Amino acid sequence: MSFVAIAFYVFASIAIAGGLLVISSRNPVHSVLFLILTFFSTAGLFVLLGAEFLAMLLVVVYVGAVAVLFLFVVMMLDVDFVEMRQGMMQNLPAGATVGVILLFELLLAFGARSAEGAKSLEEIAVGQVSNTRALGNLIYDDYFLMFQTAGMILLVAMIGAIVLTLYHRPGIKRQNIAAQVARTRDEAVELVDVKPGQGI
Amino acid sequence: MVEAMVEFYQTPLGRVVLDFSFCLILLVVLLLSIAFLLVADRKIWAAVQLRRGPNVVGPFGLLQSFADFLKFVFKEVIIPAGANKGVFFLAPLISVTLASGAWAVIPVSATWVIADINVGVMYLFAISSLGVYGIIMGGWASNSKYPFLGALRSAAQMVSYEVSIGFILITVLLLVGSLNLTDIVNAQQNIWFAIPLFPMFIMFFISALAETNRPPFDLPEAESELVAGYQVEYSSTGYLLFMLAEYMNIVLMCAMTTILFLGGWLPPFEFLGFIPGVFWFVLKVCMVFFMFAMVKAMVPRYRYDQLMRLGWKVFLPLSLLFVVLVGGVVTIWPDLIWADVPAAM
Amino acid sequence: MNELLLEYLPIILFLALGAIIGIVFLVLAFVIAPYNPDPEKVSAFESGFNAFDDSRMTFQVRFYLVSILFIIFDLEVAFLFPWAIALKGLGAVGFWSMMVFLGILTVGFIYEWKKGALEWA
Repeated sequence: MSFVAIAFYVFASIAIAGGLLVISSRNPVHSVLFLILTFFSTAGLFVLLGAEFLAMLLVVVYVGAVAVLFLFVVMMLDVDFVEMRQGMMQNLPAGATVGVILLFELLLAFGARSAEGAKSLEEIAVGQVSNTRALGNLIYDDYFLMFQTAGMILLVAMIGAIVLTLYHRPGIKRQNIAAQVARTRDEAVELVDVKPGQGI
Repeated sequence: MVEAMVEFYQTPLGRVVLDFSFCLILLVVLLLSIAFLLVADRKIWAAVQLRRGPNVVGPFGLLQSFADFLKFVFKEVIIPAGANKGVFFLAPLISVTLASGAWAVIPVSATWVIADINVGVMYLFAISSLGVYGIIMGGWASNSKYPFLGALRSAAQMVSYEVSIGFILITVLLLVGSLNLTDIVNAQQNIWFAIPLFPMFIMFFISALAETNRPPFDLPEAESELVAGYQVEYSSTGYLLFMLAEYMNIVLMCAMTTILFLGGWLPPFEFLGFIPGVFWFVLKVCMVFFMFAMVKAMVPRYRYDQLMRLGWKVFLPLSLLFVVLVGGVVTIWPDLIWADVPAAM
Repeated sequence: MNELLLEYLPIILFLALGAIIGIVFLVLAFVIAPYNPDPEKVSAFESGFNAFDDSRMTFQVRFYLVSILFIIFDLEVAFLFPWAIALKGLGAVGFWSMMVFLGILTVGFIYEWKKGALEWA
């Protein structure tokens, strides 16, 4: 067995084991940590495929940003996870249905790809163009509309986040740096000639 | 004999042995230099305040860090009663692992780089975005108020400056056209990027200060408010690891500034090319570190709302604007890219 | 085994070495240092008095907002990386394509700014 194959099985089994532990561990914080482990081993799988850029992107976006938010939520939001777990058996049928449909769709997609004879990564000449550049050549030109759609989705997410979470406490004083800097001597200082024994 | 050795190093096992010894050497050198940079940091700080700084252990106090190390090791490990023990010890471990792991891709000279991966910049960006984990986990696992608040602040702060660091990296990459760190340095043969991208250089430096929680952005551990932030409950080597990770990250940021803007191992003038590149690299890193230390000594601490304002309302739009500007320039004059990078990469 | 993967081997080794150093340090203190905890020593630090309540409280929602906005901008940066690498070959089409994308997100950014989502407190 080659080194690559061994590495593949190591990463793949860690990913699967991590995934199982995510849903089975009692402490939600541990769940998130196992989720991070799963992301990492998936990144390892991407590297094994030669998709270095995607591997790094997975770490930057999912581990560096999304999982941080998850960790924020489970660590610091006062959610009673034990109580949430009680409903697990009730939700099982619905969850299983979604899982089976997803699996079916994935199989369909793979079937369509292999029937069409889609190019594998090696065929797109990884050796000549780095896969970051190969991605760049495609996204901004051939997939223009999808790219802009992604932009729109991000915009909606941004506005949605603000609408949902933003609130201002009334009566807070904020620093207005422009106003501070624009203040002149005339407005700020007044010279008063105080006579002895009189006060102002 | 020699041939047999060369042959051995071409086998997979030989390759592992070779890489392992390189990693070990770099790591040991890194740890030793951090020991001395720590002393340098304190000495510079002291000199600005007209103090002597550490001057007892060894000549001029040079061995102070080693004495400190021994002291940390001999201190009692205190585990807070309410702490989540596993996460409590995992946090410093993760911090130090990530901080040292980032060094694997740093090119010290034209030929000295342990892992010359195609996506070096992305790797560094990824690792630095993970630095927040050690802090959040440490703060949460301690189950104490000050660490918790410190961790929260720290996380929000690092995350805010991460964005502008990303945009600044893009402006550099636009001029290079490659994510490989060696290519980035080679692209600066004619002119260091600090000159055409001067505003970005300054912003990167300031963002690096914020990213590493250095003064004037050391709010997570502002001792007048939060005692020591996320490190309050840590003693002994747990604290030592956090501090080690912090300094490794600082030196890493210095190295990144050097590679991205100051021409890495390239000599400042052509006729100085006979001096090996490592010397220039180390010299530049030390210069940037000196700036870090001076900022710590001279600048008063920011307030939290000012810090967030600077990150989101000043650096973010400015760096975005520069991405557009540099992108426009590269589109209009594609040949303006100073040193031509091999098109294949 | 190809060259690309060989470049990643040292990274794994380096991470492993870093972890080993960390573990050695942690274990060292457990082995060498004295260990005699008492209730006062292991209680949470609270400037001298006993803790009133659990420290894991809920906190201002603004921290979530910051991290959500961070995810969005991080994705924006992620889209910029391949663009920066490929721009030289893409020319004007690639440039304007990205300008439209950035324009869309700038609308969001201005909205954020006007709404005061970037104000702290």
